[in-house]
Parts: sequence; structure tokens; C-alpha cells
Amino acid sequence: MKKILVMAYLVLFGVVLFAQENNTGNKLPSVTIKTLDGNSFNTRDISNDGKPIMISFWALWCKPCKLEMDAYNENYAEWVDKTGVKIYAVSIDDARSTAKVLPFVSGKGWTMEMLLDPNGDFKRAMSVNMIPHTFILNGNGEVVYQHTSYYEGLEDEIFEIIQKVAAGENPNE
Amino acid sequence: MKKTLLTITAILAIGISLNAQEFLEKSEVHGSFETDGMFYQADNALGITDTLINGKNFGFNAFADIIYTLGDFTAGFRYEAYAPPIAGFDPRLEGQGFPYLWATYATENYSFTVGNFYEQFGNGMVLRTYQEWTLGYDNSINGVRVIAKPVKGMILKGVYGTQRFFWNKWEKNARGIVKGVDAELNFNDLFSSMAGSKLKLTLGGSAVSKYQVDDNPFYKMPQNVAAFAGRFNVGLGKFNFTSEYAYKINDPSAVNNYIYKDGQGLVFTGSYSTAGLGLFAMFKRYDNMSYKSDQSVNGNALHINYLPALTEDHIYMLASMYPYATQPNGEIGFQIQVNYKIPKDTWIGGKYGAGLSVNFSQINDIDRQKAHDTAGINQSGTLGYKSDFFKFGKDVFNRDLTVAINKKFSKKVKGIFTLINQEYNQAVVLGHTGEPNVKANIAILDMTYKFTSNKALRGEFQGLWTKEDKQDWAAILLEYTISPHWFFSVADQYNYGNEIKANRLHYYTGSFGYTYQTTRIAVTYGRQREGVVCVGGVCRQVPASNGFSITLSSNF
Repeated sequence: MKKILVMAYLVLFGVVLFAQENNTGNKLPSVTIKTLDGNSFNTRDISNDGKPIMISFWALWCKPCKLEMDAYNENYAEWVDKTGVKIYAVSIDDARSTAKVLPFVSGKGWTMEMLLDPNGDFKRAMSVNMIPHTFILNGNGEVVYQHTSYYEGLEDEIFEIIQKVAAGENPNE
Repeated sequence: MKKTLLTITAILAIGISLNAQEFLEKSEVHGSFETDGMFYQADNALGITDTLINGKNFGFNAFADIIYTLGDFTAGFRYEAYAPPIAGFDPRLEGQGFPYLWATYATENYSFTVGNFYEQFGNGMVLRTYQEWTLGYDNSINGVRVIAKPVKGMILKGVYGTQRFFWNKWEKNARGIVKGVDAELNFNDLFSSMAGSKLKLTLGGSAVSKYQVDDNPFYKMPQNVAAFAGRFNVGLGKFNFTSEYAYKINDPSAVNNYIYKDGQGLVFTGSYSTAGLGLFAMFKRYDNMSYKSDQSVNGNALHINYLPALTEDHIYMLASMYPYATQPNGEIGFQIQVNYKIPKDTWIGGKYGAGLSVNFSQINDIDRQKAHDTAGINQSGTLGYKSDFFKFGKDVFNRDLTVAINKKFSKKVKGIFTLINQEYNQAVVLGHTGEPNVKANIAILDMTYKFTSNKALRGEFQGLWTKEDKQDWAAILLEYTISPHWFFSVADQYNYGNEIKANRLHYYTGSFGYTYQTTRIAVTYGRQREGVVCVGGVCRQVPASNGFSITLSSNF
């Protein structure tokens, strides 16, 4: 019994490794989350007419996340101008503070697309452990780059990646 | 469990190896893992002695989560190991296995899940299952879930199953069975006449029932406990209102001291948002709303519903010294918040603009009056008490005023200045019976200096002043970061004002970490006070200890 289990896992593990090597990038899962005004939103509908997309997970209780969002927001207009990128900021605040996200975002003057993931369904489907966690998707909607944590100045590195993706290059090379 | 796992894995493995090429083209596999290790050392000043450690000088928590997708089919599992759990985690977690195992078939309009799942109805006041790794909390339901979207704007859900209780397998007549249905209607999607309306309207309703066999030797227990909730979300231009009301039939339990009172919950929020300004107000009242799938279980397990603490969530070391926790047996309170972006080229705004946020919240006990002439308030086996719905009880549980200003001074320098005034009922929240409420003032200066485009030094300077509990504290944190890979930090919290001189302790820590894309390793050495700690770009809940800790986390 145990031997079969171990064998099965070895096979699976091999497949996982192999799949990784061949992976041109996972597509977004289909998960129903919320918009700021309470309507439901399917994450498959995240799109940007073939231009790069950035998805960033954050929460009100996460200070580095808010610093990261501030930094992205400061540069957003310039980034859109140069690459056409669209940023989706997904708040994983739960019922404790979901209703506070909208007035907070307005108070900050952030202009990215805002989504609410109050029970972490999208977060789980994207295998996010810790926030902040940022994904960059190419024009085909495939994840080509991920980064977790935020340090002062990360936005410069992120912008380089977005430029590469906008130019159709592989950002990992 | 093991058999099911074996079968699923075997089928997957065989299927994949037989038809590897085709599967590989269509399959997607991704996942994540994390290991948290801790090596403890004795620290007599903290009361951690060798005898107490008793040879168990390390803790180890780990998980691996894998998700496999093939078209409309998705399946996954999470392996967890606590060998033994890190201090501060429930000792009942000790062990290892696959507590989360699931498969979902989902099309555009329908979704069908078997196995473990996480679900939330509305705001969770009657049902929410979720997992929080940093707290060691998981109340997933193991059973079936169906979600249907028959027309655009309508979502129907049904769930059935039993909840995770550490590693205890569910057996007949053990803990309860949970059943629930939920419906949500979005009027703007549902009716074409409202599609472009300024009024955004969503209505929802849920019904949940728990069945548990009555085996209580003293009381006759209701075997079916039902709970109902209704909610709305109304958006009107810059205004947004949400509310949820819940009602639960009588549900005597270890948490409410076996009283036969029914339960009620109400949360109402209103907000006004315009570019640069956000206003928020909330009212809430919970009355006897603990709802668990086992009446006899106390503590952090088997919750069917979710009752969050509706107060400001503090992050800084000293500000999180007195974190409020919801009192499910009864609390009433309100919260107001202002977020304002101070324009550039004003006195405070300066060249780069600044931000102001003010939050005030107060939570009291609910009003409680005798329900019977002959029985005391909250006496077991009675109706417990009567309560005037909107009346505030006289005991203050928590009061918090937080004012924060953030400002960028130049391209290199920015800062956040925070002032907090708190009152905290340690008798009720922590069970320190007879202790007075803590009244504390806290001031925090958080400054960042950017040396180059990717190197920065951040310093936090904090003070907490109170006559109660352990009296005055000071804290300092210095953090040097090199984006995108490195962080180094040192911190000290010093209880300099403690009335007992021997307890004027330093809680020092040193840590560093390395991040490569999503792989992150962090090492910390030193003393840690219980609370939420944010260093190196990530926040997590940390228990009290002294020693080394190492965290490795990645996803793919």
C-alpha cells in the first residue's frame, strides 16, 4: 500500500518537475471574487487587450503591501504610457475590513483596478503564501514572472520586467 | 482518508503516465510550500527554563500545497506536518497528514466540489470556513459543495459536510454535521433596466443548520441548530452601504455557559469615497453568536461562523501590544475612519503631498438584564439574560483612537507619524479577572531614507506609556533593504518603566532574509513577544519565545 503511494508520488513529482520545465506559464484560474461595489467578478475576466497585466495581492493590515501600492500608483501613469500595462490590486482583507477598502483606496487616490478576495479563494488558487505577492502576465494571459515581498525600490525592477514583457521578451532570461 | 488519497493519486499517476504527452499539453500544475522551524533556548527572565523546554527544544511547521488543473477539472491537496508545532500553536496540531484534499469540476455556470473546501456566505456571520497558516487555524468543511449561476446576476450555493478538527477523524455522532444554502442576487446584472443605473444593488440570504446528537448528561440540547442571515450592498454614486443581520436559534454551549438564549448579530457599514477622501462608519452588535459544530468545544476550533474584531488592526510592535479579540457572547460598538490625501503645495502637503488617517472605535459589553426573577444573569440552563438591542453595556471592552500622518519630504526621505490612545479590557479579553482596564498612549515615528534607487534604511522609534499592566515601553527597529533580494534588521523592545525592576526586560532580535522571486528564506535570532510582527516586507503572527527561527517559503 505504502509502496504504491510512494511510487505514485514519485511519478507525480516527476511530472510536476517536467511540467515546470515545459511551462510557458499558467493561465489564470476561474474564481469568483468581488468588485469594490459588491458585484461578483470572475478572475478569468482579467484582461488587457494583449498588453501586459500585473496582479498584486495586498491587504490593509500589511504595511509593505501599502508601500508597494503607493510606489506602483506613483508610477502608474508613466508605466501605462510606455507599456500599456494594467494593474489589478487584489485585497485579501476579510470581513473585518472589506468595507474599509473602498474609502481607504479613495483616500489614497489609487487608480489601479481594485478587487476584493475576502475568503482568499483567488489567493489560494494562485498558490500565494505571503503578501505582498505580485504576478506579471504576458499578452496571452500567461504568468511569466512572480515576486513576493516588497523592499524600497522594487518598482524599478518590476518596471524593467513589464517593459520586457511588453516587448514580447521572456523576462526570466 | 488514506485509501481515498491512495486511489486519487494512483489514478492521477497512472492516467498521467499513460497519456503523458496529451496530459502535459493541457495540464497545469502549480503549488507552494513553506517550512517554519524554531530552535528554542532557555531564558529564565522570560520564564522559559530548561525544565519547561524538557528536551523539546525545537518546533517545526510545514506544508506543501499542490493544485492540478486539466480543463474544467481541478484537484489538489495540502500536506501538513507539525513535528511538534511551534510554541503558540495549538498542541493538538501535532502530527502529519493530508487534511486538505479536494476535486472540483467547474464550468461557466456550475461548480461541483468534493472533499475539503473553504466557503463564505456573505460576511461570514453564519458560515465561513477558512485557513490561516500563521495561526494554525483551519475549519474547512469536508463534504460536498455545489455552486450554480443559472442566470447572470444570481449565485446559488449549497454545502454539506463535517469540519476539520485538528487530526481527529469524523465518526458517527462525533461532532456535528453542517448544512447550508446561500443565494445572492445582483440587480444590475439581473435586470437590464438597471444595467446602467447609478444605484448598485446586491441582496443575499443564507440558512445554515448544524446537526449534533444530544449526548449531554445534564441538559436537553437542541440537536438541530439553525441560523439565518440576510444582507445587502447598496452603492449610490460616492456612497456605499452594506449590512448583514443574523439570527440563530437557542444553542447552549460551553462558550455561552449553556444558556438557552437565541443569538443575533448585526453589522452595518456606510462609506463615502471621492478622489483623495474616504469616510467610513460602522455599527455592530453581536449577542450570543458563537456557532460551532460541537457544543462542548471551547477555544479556537470548529467555528461555523466568523465574527471578526471590528477595530483598527495595528501592525507596529508596541501598537499591537493589546490586540482586541471579539467577544462572541456579546459586544456592541462602532467605528469611524477618515482617509484624506493632503494636496501638494499646501503647508502640510509640501512638494509631494501627504496623507492623513484617523480611526476611532469603541466596543462595549451589551446590555444585560435578568431574564428570570430567581436566576442570576447568564446562569446555565436558563434563558441567560434579556438585552436592550441598541443599549451599550457599562463595561468598555476596547477603545482606540489612531491618528496617522504620512509624508514624503524629499525624493530620499519619507515618514509616517502615528499617535494612538487605547483602552483595553484585559479582564474580559485576556481573562485577567480583577485587573483594571489598560489605558495607554502610543507614539510612533517611522522614517525611511533611500540611499540609492534600491538601497534604503528604515527606522521605527516607538513609545508606549501606561500606568497599568507592565507600564512603559520603548522600542526601536532598524531595517536595511537591498531590493529585490536582501533585508537585514535589528530591533529591541524595552520595558523600561516596569514597576518591578527585575522585569525591565529587553526583547532584542536580529534578522536577515533573502528573496529570489517567490522563494524566500528568513532567519531571526532573539526574543519575541507575542503579536503581529512585520519585518523584511512580510507580516506574520509570531508567538513568544527566545531562540533561532528559520522560514523557507516558495511557490511555483
